[in-house]
Amino acid sequence: MEMKHALYYKSQKIITNTLIHVFLISVAVTCLYPLIWMIVSSLKTQDMIFKDISLIPHQFRLENYVQAWKEGGFGRNFINSSIYTVSVVFGIVIISSMAAYAFSRLRFVGSKFLFIMFMAAMMIPIPGSFVALYVLLNKLHLRNTPIGYILCMINVGLSTSIFLLKTFFDKMPKELEDAARIDGCSKLGIWWHVALPLAKPVLAVVIVFNALAVWNEYILALIIFDNRKFMPLQVALQTFQGEFVTNYPLLMAGLTITALPIILVYLFMQKYIIKGVTQGAVVG
Amino acid sequence: MRIKATLENYTFVLPAVAIFSVFYVIPFIWVFQLGLYDWDGISFTRSFVGLANFQEIFTQDKFWWQSMWNATYITIIALTFQNILAFMLAWACDREIKMKNFYRVIFFIPPVLSEVVVGMAWRFIINDIDGANIINRMLAGIGLGGLAHNWLSDPNTALTTVALVHCWKGFGWGFLIFLAGLQTIPRELYEAARVDGASSWQSFKNITIPLMIPVMVLVAILTVLGTMQVFVLIVSLVGGEFAGHTSVPVLRILASMRGSSRFGYACAQGITFGMILVIISFIQYRFSKKGH
Repeated sequence: MEMKHALYYKSQKIITNTLIHVFLISVAVTCLYPLIWMIVSSLKTQDMIFKDISLIPHQFRLENYVQAWKEGGFGRNFINSSIYTVSVVFGIVIISSMAAYAFSRLRFVGSKFLFIMFMAAMMIPIPGSFVALYVLLNKLHLRNTPIGYILCMINVGLSTSIFLLKTFFDKMPKELEDAARIDGCSKLGIWWHVALPLAKPVLAVVIVFNALAVWNEYILALIIFDNRKFMPLQVALQTFQGEFVTNYPLLMAGLTITALPIILVYLFMQKYIIKGVTQGAVVG
Repeated sequence: MRIKATLENYTFVLPAVAIFSVFYVIPFIWVFQLGLYDWDGISFTRSFVGLANFQEIFTQDKFWWQSMWNATYITIIALTFQNILAFMLAWACDREIKMKNFYRVIFFIPPVLSEVVVGMAWRFIINDIDGANIINRMLAGIGLGGLAHNWLSDPNTALTTVALVHCWKGFGWGFLIFLAGLQTIPRELYEAARVDGASSWQSFKNITIPLMIPVMVLVAILTVLGTMQVFVLIVSLVGGEFAGHTSVPVLRILASMRGSSRFGYACAQGITFGMILVIISFIQYRFSKKGH
């Protein structure tokens, strides 16, 4: 009787676990299917793309990538996207860590008010702000310029980064800073030599999330750039599709060029991404 | 000496405050100001029209409310289908199960991709009616080949297709947050319930669900805010508003600005939409407070 009971439970557990795996695997396959399709298609010729429907590539036309990079113009846009991502993330790290350090450690009139203002910006959605931003950039003669885009994107990332860094600095023990102060270190020196190195784990979260956000950004790039030579990949892809509607292998190569760096960054930095998502969840 | 120290403190926040004032505060004020004007974005003169823009939105602009309804429709599908799926997946991964990490890595790939990439890749698949479009092939396989068609160029199915691709892209967020929430529930609670003879359904209903309510509210708020503002996915998936069938508020604002050069009206639409979003989040928040 006992035996039978145990056997019953064991087999029930195996069945449940199998069902759960079937469910999880089918969702995982659905996640990967479009990506595999995209990569396989990017290696085909134009006439094979709608004929050969197997997921195993029979053609390896790496020329498609060369063509997309040069004639498709994606090389230029890839470099643009890289420049924007690196400079925006660099700007955000420096500017937001300085501000966060001041909000956490230094005393000055209006510090609370300023901090609340940054936090309010994080909470209030203003869906029409790009209209006003367009007008503003026109007035400043910064529209259709890389520097205008970079400044706008730094602003987009500031609030959340300040919040994450201030939360970290608040919990950081003060002893090390005190020691540095006694050694005659200036405030800027303490921020640079003591606070920033200690904040590495949070800085990783800030860097990864802002890099993803800038690389994937669309709306501001759309309204700021008229000229394809300044455009980042996301907007250039749309323009390309408008011009070469039917050249699917090149478009798929362009999409792969755009998606691959993000997927690689994600796979290498997933620890920080998962941490960021769960931390961000606590924030809300 | 004191003055020097104070000035030094201000230099720390100066760059952040300067950028924030120019690129956030000024546009924020201008949106509210421009909303009261009729202006084409270029002319030196603009005419003050008071609340006429808002009056037009609330009384005449049928396309605006259609776009609000479309966004609401996508949001309802995301709130139900996407979040239930995310919760089930998180619950499955919270158990003692093999390859947990593998699933977690895969499920968060769609959220890190851009909407442009996701939209274009899916568009390519869905447009390939009898090739890559696996659903059509399955329909044909079970003898329902008549139902197979291009889901995106049919006005009746375009919006639902958009909603489903949106769910594909977004469920990973909910999944990760739910999983983090589930992992904070102490295992002893389940053990104790089992000793007391509770079935797994009972402990799910009486332990998991009540403890997860705050997390569910959080995911719901994030889903609403994110989904109502969807538009890049629609541009890359459908190509635009598809004669109103797939129009959403942000696309309407963009159309007022770039299509009909009505900058004031676009700002008024933005304010209206922002207010609606704030009110919805506030109601959800209050609702969750009451539930406790």
